[in-house]
Amino acid sequence: MSDSLIAITGDDFVLVAADTTHTRSIMVVKESGEDKIMELDSHKLLAASGDNGDRNAFCQYVQKNSALYRLRNGTPLSTRALANWTRRALADALRKHPYSANLLLAGYDASPTEGKPGKVSLYYIDYLASMQQLPFACQGYAGHFLLGLLDNGWRKGMTREEARELLDKCIEQLQTRFVLGAPKFAIKLVDKDGVHVIESADA
Amino acid sequence: MSRYDRAISIFSPDGRIFQVEYAQEAVRKGTTAVGIRGDDCIVLAVEKKSIAKLQEPRTVHKIVAVDDHVFLAFAGLTADGRVLIDRTRVECQSYRLSLEDAPSVEHVARSIAGVQQKYTQSGGMRPFGVSMLVVGYEIDGQPRLFQTDPSGTHVEWKANAIGRNSKTVREFLEEHYEAQRGNAAQLAVASLLEVVESTRSIEIAIVKPNEPIRFSH
Repeated sequence: MSDSLIAITGDDFVLVAADTTHTRSIMVVKESGEDKIMELDSHKLLAASGDNGDRNAFCQYVQKNSALYRLRNGTPLSTRALANWTRRALADALRKHPYSANLLLAGYDASPTEGKPGKVSLYYIDYLASMQQLPFACQGYAGHFLLGLLDNGWRKGMTREEARELLDKCIEQLQTRFVLGAPKFAIKLVDKDGVHVIESADA
Repeated sequence: MSRYDRAISIFSPDGRIFQVEYAQEAVRKGTTAVGIRGDDCIVLAVEKKSIAKLQEPRTVHKIVAVDDHVFLAFAGLTADGRVLIDRTRVECQSYRLSLEDAPSVEHVARSIAGVQQKYTQSGGMRPFGVSMLVVGYEIDGQPRLFQTDPSGTHVEWKANAIGRNSKTVREFLEEHYEAQRGNAAQLAVASLLEVVESTRSIEIAIVKPNEPIRFSH
């Protein structure tokens, strides 16, 4: 809950931001430097919030199974397929050994026809295994502060600069108004050329 | 003698396990595969079996990736090979999940050999009729080539051949390896040409450190 994740899609990119703190209840284990956005494969990002242990274990599980699929079938899973697989994994675990992890999964899928542009997608998946594809999304308390701002500021077909500007406004709001507004956010972007680290999580 | 070849978990009086030997015979019937550890690359080459006129050629894979940095070719029963390959793929990801590191080529070869050994000792199931050539570059940049066989051993080689006519190919390699190891791809093709009709029946893959594997048909 105290972790903040924000993601914004354009026509051909997804911008994903996550705070970089590691906290346990009232204690700050690490103020910055925690990378919560995992690169699942060359063209997918999985940002996760929640308990550090569950977050890491679950994200690594998704990442390794994504790789296994790719090696078995010679081609990676589409973002939609992987999102559904991830949701199913959370749902199956929910009434047995639940993972307390909230996720934002973003990916670029090349077009099956050569020469045509691919498409990007963003999926919101929460710890109760509900899932929704969205143009922009938040996890954690951040949503309380930012969804209004994003509703107003997001347009279809935003450029990367516009999206970054909107994201910066969001982060500024968190840092002003949210008692747990972290000083440092990591920012990554995924597009047809793969995953790009815009702001590293490293302190 | 025939009394001792029924069950896998029985030795013959002269200390042999017939089912393992019969499995090795099955390997000798399979299409030839060659592996060469060259100076600047590792090469896997396989004989392409001639296929029926109506069969789609692209559905037979004899050289496969089991992880991003480990590849293998096999000789013997194709279905057995498929099962072993899938188990190995799962093992590689399982290793990465537990240890957050890529498995070494040696670990992969040892794990395949371990599975093959299990089936020589228990369960009343027959062994896998497959030998494998497992290749890749280790983290420290060392190229490795391992062979596994139905008895469950894994042995490292500089160059080797498995499957039918492998003896001829291996003798060719013994003669030419030292001189030709700088040109491993040529050597692989030349060695296979000793036992196959023409280059049209050869599929070759080249592994270089930190590069994706390259196939040529």
